[in-house]
Amino acid sequence: MGTFHQDRGELHGITVVVETDASEVWVGRCDTADDRGVVLRDADVHRESSGRDAFLRSASELGVWPRHRQVLIPSQSVASIRRLGEL
Amino acid sequence: MPYSPMLVRPMREELTSAGVKELTTAAEVDAWLAEKNGTAMLIVNSVCGCAAGAARPGARLALQSPDRPERVASVFAGQDLEATAKARAAFPDIPPSSPSIALLKDGELVYFIPRHRIEGRSAEQLASDLTGAFSRFSAAVAH
Repeated sequence: MGTFHQDRGELHGITVVVETDASEVWVGRCDTADDRGVVLRDADVHRESSGRDAFLRSASELGVWPRHRQVLIPSQSVASIRRLGEL
Repeated sequence: MPYSPMLVRPMREELTSAGVKELTTAAEVDAWLAEKNGTAMLIVNSVCGCAAGAARPGARLALQSPDRPERVASVFAGQDLEATAKARAAFPDIPPSSPSIALLKDGELVYFIPRHRIEGRSAEQLASDLTGAFSRFSAAVAH
């Protein structure tokens, strides 16, 4: 059974980890990733240097709480983006 | 906003035709969860093809295993809202995601596959994960 989603790129609908140049780590479901940046839905963020590994470990095991319904991470801030399922 | 019931019906039937009991109300979820004995699997079904497109056929494949859980049920996220909320409330430490799959033994959660562990994987890969878990947790259950 297929999806009703339009083609929004290969990461659309995929849960990703986005690291920023401000040392933030966002985890959420990618809606779009293009020249404007990365739009995540149902996302959570970790902003402190301490606890980063624990945040990612927990996210990798069970996912994240949807503390941010939607967020745009500007492209100039994005340091890396990868699939959470590959951690 | 929920999709049209007509559009969603095949996604429901993909599981119910494999013997999955669909729970559409909070009361049905309560009653299903109240049974504690043995092994059980609860599938959070979803319209999203990004992951549910593998979740449903993966679950169907896994249910062909001789070690399949004794009881298998589903709720449909985004469609049966109260039932889904009730099911998620049973696992308060686990962030909501759909599709996702929970395996219970004697009423306790013993294994969980969140959405991001389904994304990008094939039905066969998911079925392999599930049947491995079935084998581990059904060992002490008398069929």
